[in-house]
Parts: sequence; C-alpha cells; structure tokens
Amino acid sequence: MSLAPAAGPAAGPDLTVELTGLADALRRAGVDVPVGGARAAVVALAALAATEDGEPSRGATYWAARLTLCARPDDLTVFDEVFALWFDRAEWAGDVRRGVTLPTYRDVPVPGDQADAGDVEVASAPPTASRLEVLRQRDVAALDAGDRALVAHLLERMAHRPAYRRSRRTRPGHHGRVDLRRVVREAVRTGGDPVHWPRRQRRPRPRRTVVLLDVSGSMRRYAETYLLFAHALVRSQPDAEVFSLGTRLTCLTRAFRSSDPQRSTDEVARRVVDWSGGTRLGEGLAVFLDRWGRRGTARGAVVVVVSDGWERGDATLLGEQMEQLHRLAHRVVWANPNRARPGFAPRTAGLVAALPHVDAFVDGHSVAALEALTDEIAGGRRA
Amino acid sequence: MQGPESVAALVDDLARVGYLADEGTATAAWLAWRTSRPLLLEGEPGVGKTSLATALAQVLGRDLVRLQCYEGIDASAALYDWDHPRQLLHVRALEAAGGVDADALEHDLWSRRFLLPRPLLRSLEAPSVLLVDELDRADDEFEAFLLELLSDFAVTIPEYGTVTAEVPPLVVVTSNRTREVHDALKRRCYYHWVEHPDLERETEIVRRSVPEADAALAAGVARVVARLRDEDLLKAPGVAESIDWARTLAALGATTVEPAAAARTLGAVLKYREDQQRVAAHLAELLAEPA
Repeated sequence: MSLAPAAGPAAGPDLTVELTGLADALRRAGVDVPVGGARAAVVALAALAATEDGEPSRGATYWAARLTLCARPDDLTVFDEVFALWFDRAEWAGDVRRGVTLPTYRDVPVPGDQADAGDVEVASAPPTASRLEVLRQRDVAALDAGDRALVAHLLERMAHRPAYRRSRRTRPGHHGRVDLRRVVREAVRTGGDPVHWPRRQRRPRPRRTVVLLDVSGSMRRYAETYLLFAHALVRSQPDAEVFSLGTRLTCLTRAFRSSDPQRSTDEVARRVVDWSGGTRLGEGLAVFLDRWGRRGTARGAVVVVVSDGWERGDATLLGEQMEQLHRLAHRVVWANPNRARPGFAPRTAGLVAALPHVDAFVDGHSVAALEALTDEIAGGRRA
Repeated sequence: MQGPESVAALVDDLARVGYLADEGTATAAWLAWRTSRPLLLEGEPGVGKTSLATALAQVLGRDLVRLQCYEGIDASAALYDWDHPRQLLHVRALEAAGGVDADALEHDLWSRRFLLPRPLLRSLEAPSVLLVDELDRADDEFEAFLLELLSDFAVTIPEYGTVTAEVPPLVVVTSNRTREVHDALKRRCYYHWVEHPDLERETEIVRRSVPEADAALAAGVARVVARLRDEDLLKAPGVAESIDWARTLAALGATTVEPAAAARTLGAVLKYREDQQRVAAHLAELLAEPA
C-alpha cells in the first residue's frame, strides 16, 4: 500500500494530494469527475479513517474515491484500472483511451467570416438565395468543402421542434380543474363567497426525441451531416438523446452539450470507438432497448433511426427489436440517405425486416430532406 | 450521534433487519449518514436499491418517507399543499359568526393547521430516511427544485415561512437510468452502482425472506437465477424475483428446483413472454447441477 499515511482522522496534506492526483488521472482517462469530487473524497476518507486504526485501508480509500469521483456505471471499469495503476505506481499511461480522429469542418473557412476567408474561392462569394436553394436539395455526400461549410451552417440553424403531449402539470387557463388556491385567496376579500372560479388546465409537454445514428462504414459520407443535425437537436431540445449504432452502442448526448459544434464532434470522435466499422443494427438496438429504451428513454418518445439498413448481423433479430421499439415509442421514423437515389427499393434484408415496424420512412440525403425530417419529428408536416 | 459507529457495525445492523449489504453498499450508506450527504443509487431493477432505504430507516429508528417520482410531479405533490376546502369552510364559518378582521383571517388561513405536508416536507419535520424513488422519471424542473432542498435541508413556503430540518434526513435517491441525472445533483451525492448480489449472499437473502423454503431450494433458486442473468433476456430477474420464485416453489411443496415445478412457475421469475419461451426451450440445461 503506497498511500502516504495520514496522521489521524484529519485529512493530512498527503492524503489530499493523493486523492486530487487520482481525480486528475481519472479525468485524463476520460471520466467526467464531478466538480468538487476530490474534496468530497477527502472528507469521506477522513470519516472512514476515523473509525479505523492506523492509516486508511485500501478498501476505505477505494470506496471513498469511487463514491465521490465516479458518477455513472461506465466510469467504474476505468476507475478500477486507474485506481490500481495509481496506487500501485505501475507505469502510468497518459492515454488510457485512444482518441479516434474524425473528418471535420475545422479547416473549412466559414462564408462571411473575414478572418478565415481566403484560400477557398467559394467562400468569398456571398451565397445567393438561389444557390442556397440548390444546396438544400443536393445530396450532402457529393458536396465540395465550401458547400459543406454552408450546409453545416444551415444544419446548425435548423428549426428543431419537439412533438407534444399533455402533462399532469397545469397552468392558469379557461378549461380544466378549478384553481382552489386562487378561490381561497379571493374568498378572503369577498367574505367566503367565491365570485368567480379560476381554472387551471393541463400544460402540453414536449415529447422526447431519440436519435439512433448508424455510424458504420456505409454511412461514412453522411456521418458529419448527422452529427451536426444531432448537435442542433440536443441544443434545442434538452430532453433529446442521441446514440451511435455500429458494432456497439454509445450514448452521445453528453458529447453534444457543448455549444460549439466542432467541440461536440471532437468529443463524439473520442467516444465512438467503432467509427466506420461494420453494422450490427439488431444487436445495437437490443442493447439500446435493454439498457435505456425499455426503462423509459424510448417510452412515449419519437425515435428516429438514421441508417441505410445494411445489416451484417441477423436481420431477424433486427426485426424483433424494431417490433419492440415500435411498441415502446410514440412514433418510429426511419431516415435513409439512399432512399432518394434513382431506382432505390428497400430490398436489403435489414430494411425488409425493419420497415413493417416503422411509422414513417423518409429521405435523409439533403438539407431539405432533413428539414422534412424535423417536421416528421414534430408530428405535423409543414403547411 | 447515536447509530452505527463504523461500516462494519452498519453491516451487522442491516443484517439484523434482514438486509445483507456488500462492502460498497454499506460504505456508501454509512458515509451518507455520517456526513449528511445524499446517496444516489443506480443499478439494475431489483438489486435492492429501494429496500436499502427501508432497512436504513429500521436501523436508525427513523421514519421512512417515500417519494415516488413520475413525469409531471410538482411541488404540490412532493412538498406541501394547502387544504383548500377546509380553508373555504373556515372563511364561511367565520363570516357566518359575524364580522371578521381580514388581516387576522389571512394570517389564520395560511397557518400550519391548513398545511398538508407531502413527503419532502414531512422528511424535514421529523428525523427520517427520505427515499426519492426513480428520480429519472421526474422532469428537469423537479430535479432543480429538489437540488435546492438537498443543499440546505430547508424549504420556504411563501405564505408560511421557512421550514428547516433539525435533523437532516438521510436521503437515498434511486435512478433506473432512463436518462442521465443532472451533474449538479450528482455533484452533491455519493454515487453508488449496486450490483446483483453474489451467489452466496443471494442464497442467504432468499433463506431469510422465505423461511419456509428448504436450504437446497434457496441455493438452487439463487444458482438458476444467477444463470438466467447471463442469458440474453429482455428483463433479467432481480432479487425480488428470486424471492417470489422460492416462495412459489415452496408453496408447491418443492424442496429443490425440479424441472416440472420450475416450468410451471417460470412466470414468477420471467416477466416477458419472449423470455419465458427462450428459457423454456433449454430449461433442463439451466437447472442442471454444476458438475
């Protein structure tokens, strides 16, 4: 046990240093250590140490640190590794997790941004209304760098509206139940006789939107577009959740919390380890339903699956899982970037298995198609 | 402060009221009590998150105040409400008795006698264990509201005043992870992920909960349920299901998990038709004693 001894129950400086160092090491390993976590760890360990003789045991140190420095189950495996390395002083690897690089918009100058305008010719020409209209309709997979930057801006500004449902919360209104609280208040003035009956009515609440993003190789050319789409969605709907589906399932919602789309995509790249790999939609969906969906994330939500339906795994499993999903969700929308191609027919085994359990099957190749998708999510087509 | 002096003492106390805690769970609970910091429990449904709160209330000799969260839960359901019908009657009664002083009436109306405490307020009024169950079901606004209460164990009721807890409640928050609980809340809590109990502990839990079950039956149920958790199921059975199953089998007179009885009672462990079908197909294999 290499933990420096702390004299007595008071947290000695060494203990504080050790636990702060551990917290830093965890952060470097990708754990979102809560703010103030290290201080809480010191307090916890001091409380535990006060009941033990001598220096704090390894068990007490482990639990004091784990209970305060971790905040989600995914952190725990990393925590165990880091804790062992930290306290055994084994070769400390700076990068426990390898970062994955994603093609980005970073190097593309933004139209109208003087600081960056220059080497890309397109960027210096102000976009005209007709050019934007053409761009809206174009397949995003076939765009050049300048056009992609413009499309990125369109996507970031896309109007995401949630679908609504009625909730149990109420607000003052003309219908609904009588607001007794206000009746009592007014009765004081009128001597007990309610003169009028104010009411409260139920307030509509937004439905959650859940996006399941296929990040396999065949979807590569659309990945950036959908990440920007998802970023704008999470920014405008605080309830929304985004997951990537490839050979495994990854929850991306937290990665999109940053207001900067570039930082968000970088964070996504760090989290998604199966980028451009194969597709096992059925298995991924099963994990989603098991760990999130059935417990409530998908319940009553509008679930959008973005995929071309190239399933390497068992299409029967995909069909079963889609059926489950359909039973849980309010609506299931499937967006397919290939759908708009001439001669397209949903013939892949994955699509054939999935489509019977889908409420809407829509295009997903252009800005216009994604705008239509936002309408589909909101539940009503734009007039 | 009276109560368990150490984690080991808490483990013993919990065992005495029938809750067999592992080291992590006991440490988390002990720290939450000793340092007045809420405990956030996550884990598969049925690992004993809720029953930990019940057991802690028994150990500490405090009331258990339970707040079940749901979508749309608000302050009047969670914190307090006014007894409006009684208030109205009061106004009319005074009116009938003759002239009333409006100010005195106002003061009267918003006093403790017309205040209906809901769980959160109750947990502040007497030493208690406050269980905020399935917080992930409530919406963001409610979480923010709860945060305020958890940071200083006090609430302000506009018409009435501030209620502060003399003894801070031991707060146990559970979440099934249908969504991520906010960082701000996590920052104030100890975070503990509760695992399914190991074979030995689960056997012991079943034996204590179902005294009428044979020792061999309890061990068998724990073993088979542990195997079921490794299967690819829609809903893996929790401890509650183990207990139910043992009770059902014991009621049928079984002394071991035998194939015929197991097949008839599968519904006590598996709650999805798909799961039952999948397991029924190779039940004999699952029930086989380890070589």
